[in-house]
Amino acid sequence: MIGNRDQDRPAREVRVVSSDSLEQTQEFGRLFATVLRQGMVVALIGDLGAGKTHLVQSIAEAFGVNREDVSSPTFVLIQEYDTTIPICHIDAYRLGDVDEFLQLGADELLGGDYLCLIEWADRVEEALPRDQIRVEIVPTTETGRQIRITASPSLLDELEQKLGGSSISVVKDG
Amino acid sequence: MANPASDAKVLLALESSCDETAAAVIDDQLHVLSSVVATQDELHQRFGGVVPEIASRAHLENLLPVIDEALSRSGKSLEDLSAIAVMTEPGLVGSLLVGLTAAKTLALVTDRPLVTVNHIHAHLFACQMDADNDIFPALGLVVSGGHTNLYDCRSATEYELIGSTIDDAAGEAFDKAAAILGLPYPGGPFISRIAEKGDPKAFRFPRTFIKDERLAFSFSGIKTAIRYTALGQPGSREPVPDLDEQRIADLAASFQEAVVDVLVAKCRQAAERYGRTTLCIGGGVAANLRFRERLAEMASQTGFRIIIAPQSLCTDNAAMAAIAWKLLEEGRVAALDADVVPGLVRLKQ
Repeated sequence: MIGNRDQDRPAREVRVVSSDSLEQTQEFGRLFATVLRQGMVVALIGDLGAGKTHLVQSIAEAFGVNREDVSSPTFVLIQEYDTTIPICHIDAYRLGDVDEFLQLGADELLGGDYLCLIEWADRVEEALPRDQIRVEIVPTTETGRQIRITASPSLLDELEQKLGGSSISVVKDG
Repeated sequence: MANPASDAKVLLALESSCDETAAAVIDDQLHVLSSVVATQDELHQRFGGVVPEIASRAHLENLLPVIDEALSRSGKSLEDLSAIAVMTEPGLVGSLLVGLTAAKTLALVTDRPLVTVNHIHAHLFACQMDADNDIFPALGLVVSGGHTNLYDCRSATEYELIGSTIDDAAGEAFDKAAAILGLPYPGGPFISRIAEKGDPKAFRFPRTFIKDERLAFSFSGIKTAIRYTALGQPGSREPVPDLDEQRIADLAASFQEAVVDVLVAKCRQAAERYGRTTLCIGGGVAANLRFRERLAEMASQTGFRIIIAPQSLCTDNAAMAAIAWKLLEEGRVAALDADVVPGLVRLKQ
C-alpha cells in the first residue's frame, strides 16, 4: 500500500515566510486565511510556545471569530467555531497515537464541511489527508518566526499573490 | 465523615465530566456520607493528559462499581435515595454522557427527581460544604486544567461569569511548564514540590494583565517565556546552562510565583470591583500550597474572608454535587431528556 502512494501523491511545493514580529505573524494569519476554504485541513506543527494557537486566532479572526474566543483546545481537544464557514480547531497534544485521534471521531471532520485547523498535527500525521496544508512554525528570535508552508502549487501561488501587497516576504524553498 | 441524623434525606451524585469517575452520597444537611473517586491518572500519565476516548471507556467500566461502593460505604441503598444528581456541564462530551445516562436510568428506576449540576458551580459550592455559616454572596475563582474563571456568586445557586482566560488555563500552563522542565504529568503537584527548593525571584516571568482593568487571564506568554529561559532563546548562540536540579527548582519557583501573583491580584481586583468581601476558591490549582499562602497574606492585608474548598473537593469529585440540594429547594428538577453541555466555559467579551 505504502509503496503505491507516491504515484497518486498530489503535487507539493514549499514556501517559506519570515515574520519579524507578533504583529507581522498576525497579518500573515489574516492573509493566509483568505486562501483557506471549507474541506481543507491545515496541519500546524511547532514546539510548545511556537505560536500555533496564536496563528489559529489570527486565521479565525479573519473569518469573523473574536480572537479571544479561540483558546487552546488542549483540554477539550476539539473546538468548533461557527462563522461564515464552519471551522474546527483540534489539538492533538494529549493524544497517545493515531488510533485515539480516530476514536475521537476527528477523521470524520477532515475533508468534510469544516475547515480543520490541527495543532500538534505531527502526532497524528498518518490520519491526515495527503493534500493537507502543512504549516511549520519555527521561532527565530523571541518574537520572530519562520513559517514553512507545504501545499499544492496553486494554493501557494494564490497565497503569494495575497501576501504581495503586505510587508511579509515569501521565498520559494527546495 | 459526619454522623448524620438517621432520618435525613440523602441523594446520590455522579461525576464523569473529565478523567475522574466519582459517586457520592450526601444528606440534605450537606454531610458527605461517602465519596468515591476512581482516578484514571495512571492511564493518562502515559499520555501526558486526558484522553477523552480512554476517559469515556474507563468511565463505563468504573461507574457501576463506584456507585456500588459509594452506596455501600454510606450504608444506604437505592430505595433510600431522595434524588439523583449528575454533573452535565462542562467537560468532554463522551465522558459526560456516561454519567448522565446512568443518572437518568437510576432516576427512572427509582422514580426520584433528576438534578443536573454545573461542574464549575459545584467547585465553588464545595467551599460552602465545610463552612459553619452561609458563605454567599462571594467572589469565586475556579482554577484548574481546563478553566481559570472568575464568578460573582450572588447566592448558592446564582453564579455570573465575570472573567476568564483568553488562551491557556492556569492548570494547563502548569502542565506544559512541567513538560518543558521534563517533569511528569500532572505538572502542578510536581512544580509545586520542586519549587520549594527553588528561588521564586531567580527569573522574572511575565504577569500578563496583572495591572489591566480587564478581568481576564492569559498564560500563553509565560509558557513561551519559561521555554526560552529553560531551553534557550531561538536564534541565540549563547549557551544555555544545564537544566540541573537547582535550575529546574528555580524555574519552577519563579514560574509558580508569577502565576500565583496574577491569580491573587485578579481575585482581589474582582472582589473590590463587585464589592465582595468573601472569596471562594475551587478547582485543582486551589490545592497549590504557595497559592494558599499568598491568599492568606492577601486576607490579612484586606480583611477578606477567604474560603478554599477542602482539599478532597478541589480535584474532581461527586460530593461537591451537594449543590443539588440547593437546586432542589428551588424546584430545579431536570427532565429525563436533559442533555450534556460539553466544551469549555468562556466569557464572551
